[in-house]
Formats: sequence, structure tokens, C-alpha cells
Amino acid sequence: MLHFAFLIPLFPLVGFAILAPVGKRIGNPAAGWIATAMVFASFIVTIIVLAKVASMPADSRLYVQNWFTWFSSGSLSIGAGIQVDPLSLTMASFITGIGSMIHLYSIGYMEHDEAFPKFFVYLNLFVFSMLMLVLGENLLITFLGWEGVGVCSYFLIAFWFTRDSAASAGKKAMIYNRIGDAGFLLALFLLIERTHSLTFTTIFSRLSSLSKGELIAVSLLLFVGAAGKSAQLPLFPWLADAMEGPTPVSALIHAATMVTAGVYLMCRVSPILHLAPDAGHVIAWIGAATAFIAATTGCAQTDIKKVLAYSTVSQLGYMFLAVGCGAYDAAVFLMLTHAFYKALLFLGSGSVIHAMHEEQDIKKMGALCKVMPLTSLTFFIGWLSIAGVPPFSGFWAKGDVLSNAWVVSPALWAVGALTAILTAYYMGRQYLLVFLGERRWKSEGSEAIHPHDAGWKMSAPLIVLSVLATFGGLLNLPFGSKLAFLDSWLAPVVGASLLHNTDSTAQLWFFGVADGVFALAGVAIAYSLWRNVVDRSVLEPRFLYMAWFIDSAIDRLIARPSTALAAFSATVVEPRVIDAAVNGVAGAFRLSGQRLRRIQTGYVRSYALVIVSALVLIVAYFMVRSGL
Amino acid sequence: MLATTIILPTINYTAILPELIMLGGMLVLLGLVAVIPRDFSTKTYAGLTQVIGTASLVSSLVLWHDVAAHGAFQAVAQAVDVDGFSVFFLVLVSAILIVAPAFAADYLHDEGIEGAEYFILALIAGAGAMLMGAANDLILVFLALEILSIPLYVIAGLNARRATSGEASMKYFLLGAFSSAIFVYGIALTYGATGSTNLADIAAFLSRNVIATPGTLYAGAALLLVGFAFKIAAVPFHMWSPDVYEGSPDGVVGFMAAIAKVGGFAAFLRVFVSALPTLSSIWEPVVWVLCALSLIAGAVIALSQRNIKRMLAYSSINHAGFILMGLIALSSRGVASSLYYLFAYSFIVLASFGIVTVVAKANSGSAEIDAFRGLGRRSPVLAVFFAIFLLAQAGAPFTTGFLAKFYVVSAAVAAHSYAIAVIAMLSAAVAVFFYLRVVLVMFSGSETEDAVGTPEQHPIVLSRWVWSGIMACAAATVIFGIYPLPLINFARAATLLFR
Repeated sequence: MLHFAFLIPLFPLVGFAILAPVGKRIGNPAAGWIATAMVFASFIVTIIVLAKVASMPADSRLYVQNWFTWFSSGSLSIGAGIQVDPLSLTMASFITGIGSMIHLYSIGYMEHDEAFPKFFVYLNLFVFSMLMLVLGENLLITFLGWEGVGVCSYFLIAFWFTRDSAASAGKKAMIYNRIGDAGFLLALFLLIERTHSLTFTTIFSRLSSLSKGELIAVSLLLFVGAAGKSAQLPLFPWLADAMEGPTPVSALIHAATMVTAGVYLMCRVSPILHLAPDAGHVIAWIGAATAFIAATTGCAQTDIKKVLAYSTVSQLGYMFLAVGCGAYDAAVFLMLTHAFYKALLFLGSGSVIHAMHEEQDIKKMGALCKVMPLTSLTFFIGWLSIAGVPPFSGFWAKGDVLSNAWVVSPALWAVGALTAILTAYYMGRQYLLVFLGERRWKSEGSEAIHPHDAGWKMSAPLIVLSVLATFGGLLNLPFGSKLAFLDSWLAPVVGASLLHNTDSTAQLWFFGVADGVFALAGVAIAYSLWRNVVDRSVLEPRFLYMAWFIDSAIDRLIARPSTALAAFSATVVEPRVIDAAVNGVAGAFRLSGQRLRRIQTGYVRSYALVIVSALVLIVAYFMVRSGL
Repeated sequence: MLATTIILPTINYTAILPELIMLGGMLVLLGLVAVIPRDFSTKTYAGLTQVIGTASLVSSLVLWHDVAAHGAFQAVAQAVDVDGFSVFFLVLVSAILIVAPAFAADYLHDEGIEGAEYFILALIAGAGAMLMGAANDLILVFLALEILSIPLYVIAGLNARRATSGEASMKYFLLGAFSSAIFVYGIALTYGATGSTNLADIAAFLSRNVIATPGTLYAGAALLLVGFAFKIAAVPFHMWSPDVYEGSPDGVVGFMAAIAKVGGFAAFLRVFVSALPTLSSIWEPVVWVLCALSLIAGAVIALSQRNIKRMLAYSSINHAGFILMGLIALSSRGVASSLYYLFAYSFIVLASFGIVTVVAKANSGSAEIDAFRGLGRRSPVLAVFFAIFLLAQAGAPFTTGFLAKFYVVSAAVAAHSYAIAVIAMLSAAVAVFFYLRVVLVMFSGSETEDAVGTPEQHPIVLSRWVWSGIMACAAATVIFGIYPLPLINFARAATLLFR
């Protein structure tokens, strides 16, 4: 069964290979169905492989399939292959599972788009790259997938590239990710230098050849890469702009899967992080700070997707908080449940945007629950789930993270707890403004719109995801090791690096009650403040609306000086220094080329003369060497 | 009076089967032409040549299987080596003879050069190139060299109606004969110094004896070196090549360029690595200088060329410099990298000249750079393929061109020849300029710039023959560029079994 693992990434690749050349001819909607079928087929294979792996004894749940040696140079040999283990399978199953639902949703959402087939070409390529990222048996394959998802993200953010904002958002995502990638690459170089390998299993067995400082350096450099991809401080502004892409893209790439790649990477290299606890503290604090700042920012947004974008940043911050504390299974748990409810919320917001004729301002919505009951209900579930209201999935996952944070530092816990209240609050604000309160859109007159729930292709994913968001907590219940399925499932991969968490039952109950109270408090505050009110400018200060001016600060301190430097280079350095030098060199080459060309007279006699002269020189040299 | 008897060697025919298939096929073709009342079309001959090439490829692979299973051996009175090295060249030459006719079939017909001459000559040259790789005796090397060269002189002059073609042929012949004379003299002196023409015997003799006055031997080595340097067009023995490439019929230049380099390098590497390694401290500096000069002059002079055929000729000189780096490294890794480079080069150069041929034909025979202006709009697919081959020559990743350069440079670095590695990389940087210039011209605006002499803007129609050739070369260039391991292993094995 395990031999079929190669099919997991192959199906989406085949989809891409079919749709890229002939997608246009296949057209709308057949192209979408092919793409969806490919991802779904991959999901089926993943589940089969997963079942097989689960039936094996825990300590043998690692299967590396080496396809071929990609290249080798000196002592470094890089294979092309995949690694099947509990972590990669967990990732692959939700990537393909949620991926196929979002593909299905997109058939409906992109129905009227002219570039319909192209959209699915990118989506299939994205799923393939993402699967290679998580399944890769060495860091270079992971890096290739990492770049692949980055490129697809760029294509899809800038999908409606005729809009200036979309085009520049795409560029912004690309540039921020480049910064992260530089860190990733440096980490790879250091690992090659010290361990002569990039294969995960080999690296981990040779960690003793790295000094303490090098371990910290590798950890932090990889974290820089992860921070770029997963939008952590200070590299997060691109994710808010990335909302320019079509909503299914936001759901798939910028909420459920790609942005969690950084968290996956951290879990994958947990044996390295385990040996560098100082790096772990840095990661935990950056995660906590990101979670808090993004949550406060989410409180002041008016764009339905921006609220969700900052909420994603905030949730990712939670995941890094868990990673930094050494609670990798909690991070994966939160990643899974987050994928459920955040994909749900994004798809719900997509339905709303669709129904409101591309209106995204929550202040211009209201009272949609009567006309869009299904979307409203599923969005409500999403809200309660992300807020951490028991017994929805978010409650269990967030609780897992917070109880681990407490063990490391109560201060981290406090920031997390505060963020939890804020999360429940801003998501409540959004729900109330969109679905309840007064109707603030025209249902009559010339600009009248008649919002309604979308067809089954867009509704079915909402229903499935809301079921998952509700019951996702069952994956990992904190009542003894028998019910903590996910923890024991992941134990072969991350177990050795885990934080030792010895909370007693009483403590667990305390944390559980506290989390529930925080969530309900946030919900209650939101309800009391935003039930019938649209404007509370005190609660929406510009400072928060602008995300603590971090984007502006980066713009002013780095982007503008860089642009000025670039402009200076373009107008002064380039023409006067570089061009002059290059042209000078080129001129010199060309001149010498023309000079040399003149020797090429075309006469055989002169050619023969050159041959003879050279011959004489060579023979003379040989004679001198012979000692004559 | 002594009765002298000539002892005929026993001949193991299977050991030289690929060469025999080439020559036998050539004879069949020749006989066929003699008996049929009216000439077939050139396409028929091209197809037959490909069949012969395929047969020889199959027998080469069978031989490879033998060598891999039972080890290398010698045949025909120790004059022929059958080892990984020779089989590599058997395979490569067979493959060239399968691909090259695709570029010539239609061209020859359109030029009015009917008949089977070209294909017959190409098969002879192919057999010569094969023997160059297999020869274990300087006499046989010389014979092979002539078997390879003389058909090429004639091919250069195939287009009797064009004066340039005759001029190219004459120049090539005169200078080629000149260098052959030098080469034979080298053989004579080497024989005088070592008492043998057999490469293995020479090597054994030199490793056993210290020669007190090595003047004769050194002079012999110097002359051999010059002979080979002429064949591979290393600077300063390169001057024939741009003139010959420019004057020769377009559709066959790619074949000439590929087969001459392959054959020349096969014997060059064999003779200097297997027979004269003990003298390496003497000849290596000279090869170093030839290599550096080829790298630099090839790239620099190519810069100022406006004619694409001449530009490709100079870039071939640049490539020769790269291939020589493998010899400088003087390691099995170096030789393997040279072999890889030769393989990559052969298909890239075949396709490049093939595309130049069709573009020149569509522009009333002009291969000036202006003929390529706006090709990207006129025939986008063709332009993309040409761009692939140019970028491959420039050493762009995901092509064999990149890995070829990477391997020779890393072999040189591994042998601590840092200076030549730096020169090579700088020359590659210069070379990128003229390759990219053509790409730029193809894809940049055409309508505005050339009001005068606007090329006809209807798309260039390619025959199935040319397409098949381009696709085969592109496949070899890209597939082995992404997944090079089989080819590298083949090249490595070729040197491991080096005798």
C-alpha cells in the first residue's frame, strides 16, 4: 500500500499537466471538475496510506520512498523522493481534503470568470507543490515545494492582475517571501556545510557536529523562512494585501494550507529546535506578539476578508507560540482545527461577497442571516469555533496551546489568554455586523441586490467544513493518553522533542474553565457592543486599523529609502558607473574582438602561417623542457 | 634471402560491428545508387541513413552490455580497444547519425543537391569518428582521422553551385592536409622514441624507462598535440573553422561541427590520457594555454560577429576550450566531464545550426542577425526552441549545457586548476552576452525597427523532418539537463573502464 504514496503528489501534477496546455479547450466547467477530481483522488490515496501507516507499530511508522538520486556532488547526495510518516500524512490529508472541497467551491465561485481554466491550472500546481513541500524526504525537496507554493501564491494573488492593487499585492507577497527564503537558504547552506546532507533522517543523526551557536543559527534562520511564509512579525503585512486574490485562494492558500507551511517546517525540524531552547524562546515570544498585535488589528478592520486575514496571522502566531514552547503536537492540532474553521469562514465570506456583488465592507452589510440562512449558520459555527467556545474544535486546540505556554512562562500564557478574548470579540463584531443588525444594502431601486445562498457546489463545502469545525476537537481530547489521538499519532515524529507537560487533572480543569470563560467573555462583549451599532470609532482607532502602523513603518523606513536608493542607482549609478564600466569592458572586448578579427584574413596562407608559428612555439617549449 | 610473410591478424568482427554497420550501410547505399535507374529523393536516403544509424546504435548498446558484463578487451591485433570509452563514442556517433539526416533531408532537396552523396559521406565520416574513439594504435588513429576528415572536406564543398562552398572546401582541405602531415610526423617521432605505435605499449614503455634525451619523444608529442588541436579547432589552430562553417552548406554544418569535435576529442583524450600520461607535466601547460586562448578568443571574437553561423563557429571554439578543461584536470572525473560536455554539445550544435538553416532559408539565405529579428512573433515555437538551445549553450540551468559547464569547471577546481576555472567562468559570462543578444533580437519589437529589409513576416513552415530533429535534440538537452544521472553514469563508466 505504501508504494502507492507517490500517487499523492502525482494526481495534482497530472491535473496541472493536462490543464496547462489544453485547459482552455476543455473549458468551463469541465476543467474545474478535472482539477477537483485530481485533488480528491489524491485525498483518497492519502487516506488509504494513512490507514496503512496507522495499522503499523508506532516506532516503524516511517516510510521513505526514494525515486532517484537527483544529483550528487562530492559528499552531498540529494535524492528525489518522499517521506511518509505521521506528520507528513497529517498535513497531506488536510491539504488534499480541504483542498478538494475548496476546488469544488471554486467551480461555483469562479463560474463567470473568463480565466476559469487558468485558475484551476494554478490551483492544481499549488496543491502539487504543497504536497511536495510536506512529503519531501529532504530539505531541498521541501524548499522546492516551498518556492512552488510561493510562485502559485503570487500568481493567484495577482490573478486579477488588471487591478493595480492585485498586481502590487502579488509583488508584495513575493518580496516578503524572498526575505524569508534567504533565511531558509542560509540555513540549508549551514546544514550542508556541517552535516553534508539535507535528508531529514541523516541531518538529525548528525546534529552533534553542530555547535550550540550553529544550532541556534540554523533554528532562527529556518524560523526567518517560516516567518516569511507564515506571516509572522515583522514579515506579516503581505498577508493582508494578499486578500486581493479570489476568495477560494484566500481560503486554501492564505488560511488553511500554505501559510501553515512555516509551522510544518518548525515541527519537521523539531529535533534541531529541541537542542536550541534559546531559539525556542525567541520563536515563542514572536509568535505571542504576532498573535496579540494581529488580534488587536482585526478589531478595527472593515473589510470582511481583512478581518479574517489578520485573524489568520493571529492564529498562526498561536501556532508559533506552541512551537516555541516545544508543544509541536499542540501546534499541529491548532493547525488542523484552524484549517477547518478558517477555510469555513473564508468560504462563508466568499459566499457573502458573491451574494453582495463584490461588496466587502462589513459596514455596508447587515441582516444577511434572513436571506442567507445556511451561510449565516455555518459562519456562526466558524465564529464560535475560532472564539474557543466549548465544545467547538477551537476550544480544545487553543486550550492545548495555552496550557503548554503556562508551563514555559505565565507571561506567554497571559498574552495568549488576552488574545483569546480579543479573538472572540473581533470575530463576534464581524458576525454581528454582517449577519445581524439592520439591513444596510439596497433591496429596491436601480442598484438593488438580492443576496441568497449559493448553489450546492458552494454550499456543500460549507456544510462539511462546519461539521469538521464543530467536532474537530475529538481528534485530541485532553482526557488521558487514550483520547489524545493526535498526540500519540505524532509521537514518533515529534515525541522526543516535546515539552514535558505534567499538568494535573485539576490544572486541566482550571485551564479549561478559564478558556471557556475567556471565549464567552469575548462573545458577550462583542454582543453587547455591536448588536445594533455600526459605528464605534473609539473602538476602531486608526492605530489599530493601520495594524500598529507596522506596514507604514516598514514602508517609510525600508521600502521608501530602498526605492530612493534604487531610483538613485537607476538614474546615477547605473548609467554613469555600471553602464560606463560595462560598456567600457564590452567596448574593450568588442574592440579586441575586431582587432582579432582582422587576423582572420580569409587567406589560407596566413592561416598556415599562424599554425606554423604556433607549432614552432610549442615545439620550442617542448625542446626547452626536454633540456636541449 | 629471407622469405617474409605477412601475418594477418585474427579479426573479432563483433568488436567492430558498429563501425562495420556504418561502412556496410554506406556500401549498400552506394550500390543502391548505382543500380537504381532514377535517384530516390533525399528524404529516402535520409531515412535509410537513420536506419543504419539505428542499427549501429543497437549494436553499440549490445557491445556496451558486453563490456559492462565482461570488462574491456582489445581486438584486431591490439589495434582496437573495446572499452567504456570507445562504446561511449560509438553510441554518441550513432545518435548523431540518427539525428543529423533530419536537418539535411529537406535542405539538400531545396538546394537542388539531389542524390545520396551527402549521406554516404556522412556515414564514412561517422565510421571514422567511431574508430577515433576505439583506436589503440597511432597508425589506426591516423587512418581514422583521415576517414573522418576527407568526407568532411567533400561535404563542405557539396554545394557546387555556390562559390563560397567550394572555397570552404578548399580551405578546409589544404589546412587539414597540412595538419595531417604534422600529425603523421608526430607519429613517426613518437615511434622512433618508444619503438611502438600501440598506445598501451607506448604507455608501458614510458612508465618502465626513463629516457635520457627525450627530445625526439617531446617533439613527437608536440606535433601530435598540434594535429589534434587543429581538428578540435583550439585557438590558435582554429582559423579554418569560422570560414568553413560559414561557407559550407547550411544544412550540414551542424553535422560537421559535431562529428569533427567528437572524433577529434575522442582520439585526443585517448592518446594523451592513456598513452602519454607520464609526460603530463610537459604537455599540460601547453593544453592549458590552448584551453585559455580558446575560452577567451572564442567568446570575445564571437561578440563582434553579425553572422549567426560565424558566431556559432566561434562559440564552438569557446566550447572546445571548456572540453579541454577536462583534459587539464587529468582525472577520470575530468575525462567524464569532457565526455558529458561532448554529448551535450553535439545535440545543441546540431539543432542550433539546423534552426539557423531554416531561418536563413526563409530570409533568402541570409544568416545575419537581422534575419532573426522578430522571429518570436513570426514563428514563436521555433523561436522558443532556438532560445532553449542558445540558453543551453550559455549554460542555463535545466539544460545539459549548464551541467556540462558545471562538471568541467568543478573537475578543474577539484584538480586545483583554479585559474582556468576562473577564466572559463568569465568567458561564459562574456558568452552569455552574445547568446542573449540573439534571443533579445528574436523576441523584441520587429515592426518599428527595421523599415529597411523587413523579413517576410509570414511564419516559417518547417517540415516534419526538421521538427523531429529539433524535438530529439531538445529532448536530449532538457531531459538530461533535469535528470542527468544516467548520462553521467554512462560517462563515468566510460572512464572507469578506460584501459
